[in-house]
Amino acid sequence: MSRLLQLANRIRAFFRSRSIDRDLDAELEAHLALAIDDYVARGYSRQDARRAALIHLGGIQQAREKHRTTRGLMTLDIFFQDAKYTFRTLFRDPGFTFIAVLILALGIGANVAVFSVVNTILLRPLPFADSGRLVWIAPPPSKCGMSCATYSTDAYDEFREHTRSFTDVTGYFAFSGPGNLSLSFGGAPIPATGIDVIHNFFQLLGVNAAMGRTFNAADAENGAAPVILLSNAWWHTQFNADPNIVGKSFDINGRQTTVIGVLPTTFDFGSVFAPGTKVDALTPLNLYGPPRNWGNIITMIGRLKPGVTLAQARGDAAQAVKFMCWNNRRPESCGTAYRDGVVPVSLKSYVMGRLRRSLIVLWCAVAAILLIACVNLSNLLLSRAAARSKEFAMRSALGASRTRIVTQLLTESMILSAGGAIFGLLLAAILVSWLAHQGSIALPMLSLLHLDGAAIGWTVMIAVVAALIFGLAPGLRLATGNLQEALKDSGPGTGTGRKHERIRSILVVSEVALACMLLVGAGLLLRSFLKVLDVDLGFQPARAAAISVDYDDSVPNDKDGSLSALKRSAIFQEVIARVSALPGVEAAGIVDYLPLGQNRAWGTPLPEGIKPPNKIPAGPLVYVATPGYLRAMGTPLRGRDFAWSDGPKSEQVVIIDAAFAKYLAGIANWTDGDALGKTLVNGKSKMRIVGIADDVHEQSTEENTGWQIYYPATQQGPSGAELVIRTRLQPSALATPVLQTLREMNPKQTAADFKPIQMLVDHANSPRRFFMLLVASFATLGLLLAALGIYGVIGYSVTRKTQEIGIRMALGASAQRVERDVLAGTLRLALTGVALGTIASLAVARLIATLLYGTSPFDVITYLAITVGLLLVALASGYIPARRAARVDPMAALRSN
Amino acid sequence: MSPEKLDLLQGTLDLMVLKTLATMGSLHGYGIARRIEQVSGNEVLLNQGTIYASLVRLEQRGWIASAWGTSDNNRKAKFYSITRSGRSQLSADAHYWERLSEVMERVMSMEKAVGEKSGA
Repeated sequence: MSRLLQLANRIRAFFRSRSIDRDLDAELEAHLALAIDDYVARGYSRQDARRAALIHLGGIQQAREKHRTTRGLMTLDIFFQDAKYTFRTLFRDPGFTFIAVLILALGIGANVAVFSVVNTILLRPLPFADSGRLVWIAPPPSKCGMSCATYSTDAYDEFREHTRSFTDVTGYFAFSGPGNLSLSFGGAPIPATGIDVIHNFFQLLGVNAAMGRTFNAADAENGAAPVILLSNAWWHTQFNADPNIVGKSFDINGRQTTVIGVLPTTFDFGSVFAPGTKVDALTPLNLYGPPRNWGNIITMIGRLKPGVTLAQARGDAAQAVKFMCWNNRRPESCGTAYRDGVVPVSLKSYVMGRLRRSLIVLWCAVAAILLIACVNLSNLLLSRAAARSKEFAMRSALGASRTRIVTQLLTESMILSAGGAIFGLLLAAILVSWLAHQGSIALPMLSLLHLDGAAIGWTVMIAVVAALIFGLAPGLRLATGNLQEALKDSGPGTGTGRKHERIRSILVVSEVALACMLLVGAGLLLRSFLKVLDVDLGFQPARAAAISVDYDDSVPNDKDGSLSALKRSAIFQEVIARVSALPGVEAAGIVDYLPLGQNRAWGTPLPEGIKPPNKIPAGPLVYVATPGYLRAMGTPLRGRDFAWSDGPKSEQVVIIDAAFAKYLAGIANWTDGDALGKTLVNGKSKMRIVGIADDVHEQSTEENTGWQIYYPATQQGPSGAELVIRTRLQPSALATPVLQTLREMNPKQTAADFKPIQMLVDHANSPRRFFMLLVASFATLGLLLAALGIYGVIGYSVTRKTQEIGIRMALGASAQRVERDVLAGTLRLALTGVALGTIASLAVARLIATLLYGTSPFDVITYLAITVGLLLVALASGYIPARRAARVDPMAALRSN
Repeated sequence: MSPEKLDLLQGTLDLMVLKTLATMGSLHGYGIARRIEQVSGNEVLLNQGTIYASLVRLEQRGWIASAWGTSDNNRKAKFYSITRSGRSQLSADAHYWERLSEVMERVMSMEKAVGEKSGA
């Protein structure tokens, strides 16, 4: 209690220092007067009495000091003193202040920005209620794409029925393509992207509508009135954030659809479940309508009951497999279709995917940058300290304690660091808001990126740590320096000076070593990236573009789909003919799914007449294409392309990729061992292989792809139509004429995006590009700082040795000789740093091996290039001081001291 | 006996001040300092100035109170007096001090054991 009171009183005293001082002075005066009276009474003369009283009091100033220390907040007092002094000295040296704050701002800013990314993707829970209990239920990754990662609606129902570990299970339709909605206000329809979700989706995730409501079971029933939920972003951009939007209805895909709610800004479907894509709206999925017969279409998400562990849920899911059928009307699929294919994993780890290691590497890279910045600053402060050593020696001689001096130096570092932190935070805010708007980078939750309390806390922490790191070394050096040496006008070449230089050399060497490690890492990532760009994707992305085509191929009373196939093929033929006639178009064709986008599989067709192998591999990815598509895409083909004459009544034909053809040839007993021209069987349907196409990277630019099979759009129903155009011009130049042509043929054609194929590839490469660019820019920053460090140290040593150089020149050393010596010194520092850095890189390179593509972590070319490059940069930064040394005028140097 | 005066142990001055105020009633800084010196038989080395740090500390803890007043010989001075919580603090501290000095006395009066087996 009394302690608390004392603290309160101390704080009060701190702010009322002046009036308390006045009070104390009066009290001390009274004390003296009383003492003098006493001494006079004892027979002293007035003068002697005063002297004796003063001695007895022990010094008025000392009494005051002691009073202040006792009553107030001394440390704070000292801090303010130091701060005032620091600001004065920093303003006197604006060049130094600018550089120091800039270096720190870059280091801290990069760190805070990366921390925000790491925090958003890696550390923070997903933006859902109690998200730790959410699980993603899917088969282990396989080659057959999304069809093997999803479940049929029948299987979903059985799973939900036969598991006990989940409070509920939901899911969404995984095959909605971008631009699948077309919103019409009467004019040209506007494309948008919608996802069908099971009606309990939002309840399960714990997401409430910002306005209106989310779905309920009635919305998904057969014959329910169409409803839609808008994403917050789309509500803003398309509907001007209309506050009365709920209840209004619009023509969407030709049906009057009622808006029932707007989602909160914190919910972004794309950023969690489909990074790098924009989802504008959500619609309810009718499980009991046509999707019943579409096969595998649903991804499953579950919420664990309280107390249920992931392992228990896995066991529970595995036992449910025996009840799950691909289709309840196909009993042979029951219990077999999803064997080993129902594995719950935490939703967080699914979303994070393989980013963990990349993010940790990124984090290490920025930490290295901060360390380099600290070392650099330490160096700068050391050279300042050298100039101020006399000042501190003087203060020391006047009675300042060592702690007091170190405290003052630390205060200076803290203030510099605080300045760096403020500008760093600004820099990070800019970086973060820029990143948050990079919708095309396929990283999860990037759109939710913002500077939050945690980021600010992190800033404060690294600022303090940085200040301690870069402030302590010069502080201790100064405080432990030899008083006498410093006070004597110590000329150049004395012991302390040389010791000083050794410390600075060590700092520079470590800086170079750190920069070397960063550069090696960046170099390896860059080489991997170039390797990825070099991958033969199986198609030519340059000078090709795609646009979604709207068409209506419905024919009333079409029993077997052949009438609609005829109608469709007539529409497609006309589209391709008219677009091909546009100037600059080299080839055009239509496909339903583009590479690196969506995909699906329809089972595995096998050669006719063989006994099916025991283990049938996952089926090839299915693409329904028109004649000319492969040529437009730039995929080489052996055999023949589809023809418009491959009609619904003629022989069923397919084109397969080389890898699938090789597999088939392996299990079949074809005399020539070539799949071309042979017949495949899939269930009841037979098809002849008319062409063999090159393998296409369908799912990822980097990884081995699944097999592909192409069906003619004239025989099979496509899921949509992407018109692919190859051109001699810039693809963007064709955007307007193509859209115009499509509009002339179909006034309902939406104003769909004209997507360069290169953009699809870039999108697939975006995470790698993102990490590579970040690490490369950090490495560049590190290189710059290291160069600055070298320049500083060599420049300082040249200045310090001016006299020595003058003497040497006077004794006959040539300018070239002097210059060479300085450069040799530089090279020695750089070589040591590079050698240490290379060794350290070799030691840690294995850690980033999993992030590399087609590049060894010990790639000789990278190491050589970095080493030589770093040495050249070092020489360049030592060159300026070397020139200065060579220009020293012996006479002037000897005369001046 | 060395002629040097005793250096005050940390915290003892506070206790002396409290005790002085408890016995003498209201007193000014000089008076307190003089009183302690007199009672100690001038054995205590007291820079009288240090008494004010002690006074402000005690006052901040709420154990003494102060007010400006006039001394016997008509000088304006600040008078201190002990508060209720000061008295209870004093009794607690005094008790502690007695125990400590008892222990110190016993330890210091320890004699070198000369091999005899004491039964006590």
